[in-house]
Amino acid sequence: MQPELLTWLIPLPPILAFFVIVLLTNRSNRLSHSIAIGAMLASWGLAMAVFWRAITTEHLGEHPFEASIPWLPAGSGVLRFGVLIDPLSAITLFFVAWTCLAIFVYSVGYHNFGKQRDPDDRPGLPPRAGGIEPMYARFFAFISLFAFGMLTLVVSDNLLLLFMGWEIMGLCSYLLIGFWYGKDSAKRAMVKAFITTRVGDVFMLLGIASLYSATGTLNYREILFNEEVLGRLAATPSGVLGLSAAGLIGLLLFLGTVGKSAQWPLHVWLPDAMEGPTPVSAMIHAATMVSAGVYLAVRFFPLLTAGWHEGAPLTTTMTVVAFIGAFTALFAATIAVAQNDVKRVLAYSTISQLGYMVAAVGIGAYVAAAFHLVTHAFFKALLFLGSGSVIHGMEHGLAASSKHAAQPIPGLAGPAGVHAHVDAQDMFNMGGLRRKMPVTFVTFTIGGLALSGFPLLTAGFWSKDEILADAFANGHLAVFLTLALAALLTAFYTMRQITLTFLGQPRTEAAGHAHESVWTMTAPLVVLAVFAVAAGWVGIPEGFLGLHLPVPNWFHEFVGGTLLEHPPALAFNWIPLLTSVGVAGFGLLFGWLVYRKLPAGAPDPLQRPLGFVYSAWKKKYGFDEAYDFLFVRPFYWFAETFTYRWVDRGLIDGFLHGVAAVALRMGSAFRNYFDKPVVNGFGDLVGESTKRFGRSFRIVQTGRVQQYLIVGLVFSGLLLSYILLFQP
Amino acid sequence: MIPLSWYLTLAAALFCIGLYGVLARRNAVAILMGIELMLNAVNLNLVAFWRYVTPTVISGQVFAVIVFAVAASEAAVGLALIISIYRRRATVVADEINLLKW
Repeated sequence: MQPELLTWLIPLPPILAFFVIVLLTNRSNRLSHSIAIGAMLASWGLAMAVFWRAITTEHLGEHPFEASIPWLPAGSGVLRFGVLIDPLSAITLFFVAWTCLAIFVYSVGYHNFGKQRDPDDRPGLPPRAGGIEPMYARFFAFISLFAFGMLTLVVSDNLLLLFMGWEIMGLCSYLLIGFWYGKDSAKRAMVKAFITTRVGDVFMLLGIASLYSATGTLNYREILFNEEVLGRLAATPSGVLGLSAAGLIGLLLFLGTVGKSAQWPLHVWLPDAMEGPTPVSAMIHAATMVSAGVYLAVRFFPLLTAGWHEGAPLTTTMTVVAFIGAFTALFAATIAVAQNDVKRVLAYSTISQLGYMVAAVGIGAYVAAAFHLVTHAFFKALLFLGSGSVIHGMEHGLAASSKHAAQPIPGLAGPAGVHAHVDAQDMFNMGGLRRKMPVTFVTFTIGGLALSGFPLLTAGFWSKDEILADAFANGHLAVFLTLALAALLTAFYTMRQITLTFLGQPRTEAAGHAHESVWTMTAPLVVLAVFAVAAGWVGIPEGFLGLHLPVPNWFHEFVGGTLLEHPPALAFNWIPLLTSVGVAGFGLLFGWLVYRKLPAGAPDPLQRPLGFVYSAWKKKYGFDEAYDFLFVRPFYWFAETFTYRWVDRGLIDGFLHGVAAVALRMGSAFRNYFDKPVVNGFGDLVGESTKRFGRSFRIVQTGRVQQYLIVGLVFSGLLLSYILLFQP
Repeated sequence: MIPLSWYLTLAAALFCIGLYGVLARRNAVAILMGIELMLNAVNLNLVAFWRYVTPTVISGQVFAVIVFAVAASEAAVGLALIISIYRRRATVVADEINLLKW
């Protein structure tokens, strides 16, 4: 079959699954998840078929699979919508399909399918004692819609369709973060995520509008693969801050990325989004939604870098992008060091890794950004799903330890064993889980090593190394140093997490009673772990260590073909490689040394030596409080005091009440001085006088015919006399 | 020949007697009789004028005949009503027949 046709079909099954589940099968959990997973499997199959055709096609970058149909007549032209598979969307499709499928399967186990429903569980709250999720079918409907949004975004050939997929995901992220809407924190988190990303989206929409007005099209290939259009945009001044039109539009679109990919200063929503179920965290924060932001930045690389060529100083737009990326990478890494919640560490690490990709785009390292996007999606999905497995095991452990409270665990000291207030997500309550959850331990460790860039083996090493090498080779020393420092911290907090969670002795009874998750949860972990290692091998740079490898750098050749000018491969350099290996190794070692013998109930060993720096990290630099003070509370004040109390209640209601009071006065005056005396008086007068007149004439009407006759006689006599006397 | 004025005087006298009967009597039958007298006075006038003024034209006699017919039917209807009222109310006094009065 034609690959274009297959591409059209890719997003279709999940949306059908969504409607079928919502409208028909939502009462049957088994049917609903079968439909959702079946649909995802169909999409996966189609995606793999298209991917295979894509990688076996020569010069895909010049001749991508594309098809489109006219959609909306707009002004003088017609907006077309269609599909496009070029190398970038092909690889994005590959990792999106794999991670989505893994997450769908994982959700079955995560939501305790097969268990009885606990009668104490309420919809909107997480199951408390391992019963099946009360809103099981709804979850699968939402993630199907989510998958539809992402797949649409990836296969789209224009910015408008991309934006629609983008917004569908925004909606789903809102719905899924607030999936347990009974929790107050989840409600706040969903609103926060929605509003924060909306800030970016507004600018993005402005960017889309100005791009359309500048070029008359939103199709990727007509803009990004057209030297003339790009050259014209780069040469046109925008009149804002000395930017070119391309620079301004690029910057506006990049603000969409900042919102969606949680870059500083719009990063605040992502850690709070951890309130959702863990598959959602993996879906939003690893595989799909946050990747979409970076995908946009990578996709619009030619526009962002219009007027720039390899080796030239960065343009203003690129400098901004590089700065935000590098700053976010370091900034989020420092916060991650001081977090205790296993999912929050991963959330900040996601922000940090996305910062790497954005920084790579900013310094012109197009292929490196795409490469890190792919590898990161795999290992971060793996880490999130692994952390979900850990939390799940801990929750089972909590339930079990309350049953076996009489038997203390050997080696567990003191009051920390009290299970009453044990937070199943706090890493300081874990420890020793490697023996209880071997599959989770091994896969999580692989993911963690990939995240920290463990040399040679893991995917994260190759992609991160490529970014660092690119930054170094092109002389962006500030970016290079920032990212290297962030890499050091990444390795450190990753090892801290692994050590606290899996190594050492159990620090609570819950950790002692934890057990391995079901196969539907561990199987996706294993699959993702394979990719977390193997995904890096496709991008081993040529001439690595001075060796001549039998395989060329396939990833670079393939993805580099997306652009008009193929980026040149970098010459091998020892300095970034040694830096990369050094920071990863040192960070991992240091993390292990610090945390390996942490006793139960002890504070974080970093707390004392780092002092106020640690508390700043712990408090996330106070961004939440600052935004609360700067934006949230003024808006509440504006809404409640100004708009509601002053304008609405005071001004508008006051005006209305004033009008009402005046109308009442006028009405009562009319009533008392006009209606009652004049109108009523006249009416009464007529009625009354008629009555009186009638009453006084009533005596004439005796009812005696003879009297009438007499009257008649008298009058006819008078009439007769008159006629006889006065008529001639 | 008796002059016309005698007839007219007689007719006027008859009419006045009938009128008095109609106005003054309380008995419904008597009122009816008064009406008959007034009609007959009119008849007398009609016939007298015919004989003295236009003896060649027959219209005066025709008028008289029509008045007879009307008087006869009026008397028949009137008496029937009076009998009917008498059967119900056991009275023929006009003042006491006040069913429709306010």
